[in-house]
Amino acid sequence: MEVTQQVLQQLINGISLGSIYALIALGYTMIYGIIKLINFAHGDIYMVGAYIGFFSITQAGLGVIPSLMISLVTTGLLGMAVERIAYRPLRHAPRISVLITAIGVSFFLEYTSMYFVSPTPRTFPALFGDVAVDFMGIVINGQQMLILGITAILMVVLTYIVQRTKTGKAMRATSFDTETAELMGINSDRIISITFGIGSALAAVAGVLVGIYYNSIDPLMGIMPGLKAFVAAVLGGIGILPGAVVGGLILGVVEALVSGFLSSTFRDAAAFAILILVLLVRPTGLFGKNTKEKV
Amino acid sequence: MAETMLQIDHIDVFYGAIHALKGVSLEVQTGEIVTLIGANGAGKSTTLRTISGLLAPKAGTITFLGADITGKKAHEIVKDGISQVPEGRRVFAEMTVLENLELGAFTRTDKAGIASDLEMVFARFPRLKERRAQLAGTLSGGEQQMLAMGRALMSRPKLLLLDEPSMGLAPLLIREIFDIIADINKEGTTVLLVEQNANMALSIASRAYVLETGRITLSGAAKELAASEDVRKAYLGG
Repeated sequence: MEVTQQVLQQLINGISLGSIYALIALGYTMIYGIIKLINFAHGDIYMVGAYIGFFSITQAGLGVIPSLMISLVTTGLLGMAVERIAYRPLRHAPRISVLITAIGVSFFLEYTSMYFVSPTPRTFPALFGDVAVDFMGIVINGQQMLILGITAILMVVLTYIVQRTKTGKAMRATSFDTETAELMGINSDRIISITFGIGSALAAVAGVLVGIYYNSIDPLMGIMPGLKAFVAAVLGGIGILPGAVVGGLILGVVEALVSGFLSSTFRDAAAFAILILVLLVRPTGLFGKNTKEKV
Repeated sequence: MAETMLQIDHIDVFYGAIHALKGVSLEVQTGEIVTLIGANGAGKSTTLRTISGLLAPKAGTITFLGADITGKKAHEIVKDGISQVPEGRRVFAEMTVLENLELGAFTRTDKAGIASDLEMVFARFPRLKERRAQLAGTLSGGEQQMLAMGRALMSRPKLLLLDEPSMGLAPLLIREIFDIIADINKEGTTVLLVEQNANMALSIASRAYVLETGRITLSGAAKELAASEDVRKAYLGG
């Protein structure tokens, strides 16, 4: 009973953490899907989102939900600006040039932020006190409920946008075949911009949620979750939206179990061991298929 | 009649360092079927891609319904009324038949018009109606060709560009596809058809151009070209 309870508790912790990874991984995978770019600056977009949320809560004195909204919109616009300024001029350049640019954007965001907000970690105010639900010895605290709730809502909204709206269909078409999408009258530059906006907005929400969950943010906080989300996206099959969610959740659960039953020292090692394992055994990821072209 | 719909005037197009089209000129009158025939690599697809705005000419002009469209972006040219069925069909394999057709109408906002055009496409291609909820990638080659054509018609084009519609299809299906092209034309859509199957293309076209390594070498009435000794030898198998 004791062990089962512990496992269940770690599952709850893992799913909470995994939801965060999933939100970041979605942006990674959407951007990869549409312009085949591993956007290494994505983790830093998440960091900026966390800071915008932090300042909305502490300086502007706004509540959690308004702060999330402000961060979501502002960071979404930042993502669109990054695409417009840094990536769009390289649309027809070799992929390696764009990749190097992404690394440049990553450093730019990290160190510009450091200049403006100082490298010292900031402490998020405690918003929930001791709100927690105790269910047969398994504890779900307020922060975790917030993370799970917000993530679930965003997944539903995202699925609706991608599956049902005209813009979503244009996103899928552009990511499948940009040139043919243009022949349908789809302005692919506009669709790519929207994709960056949505992906960045999701990362921003993840940033604010992490701030609330772990209480602490700093300008380099995006590096590790950025890499982990990349692992999650690859695990699920890069370019595939449900893959990013499942990959994120698996990664979160594995990390929680490793921290809980072995040692938190091995947590990061477990994440990257998963990456190596996926690349060895199933390089296309859990949901990936080998694409065959019909002639 | 005899009003010029599309006028291409001495265009030069490059793929990197390769000079793919060298001073190509051609015109399409309203209501015609014009075909562009030639061997593999002659520049037929390049010509269509340039008209659609996927490639920009280095020199020369393209005029559509009296307006200069040279260098316009591909998605804007669709709005002007030119729609293309690309080589190899290029259907959105991971989307349903219905979604593919809806994407064909992307530039339009008239819901009622889109719905009636969808019925028109389904009437023309009943097999697409049966498979509307199926993923496009699971269709046979002939069905994909029909889907690509239906998708192009959904933008209600004035000029339809068709790139190798017979590619990879069985002879009976090719006949069916060409009958449909002739039908579409009869109902008022002007057609520019690129084909390697010169026999079939010349049989439904009113005029034809022959393209050889980036240059137009022959042009004239389709019947005359079909009878010409040079064309017979080079493209019609003797």
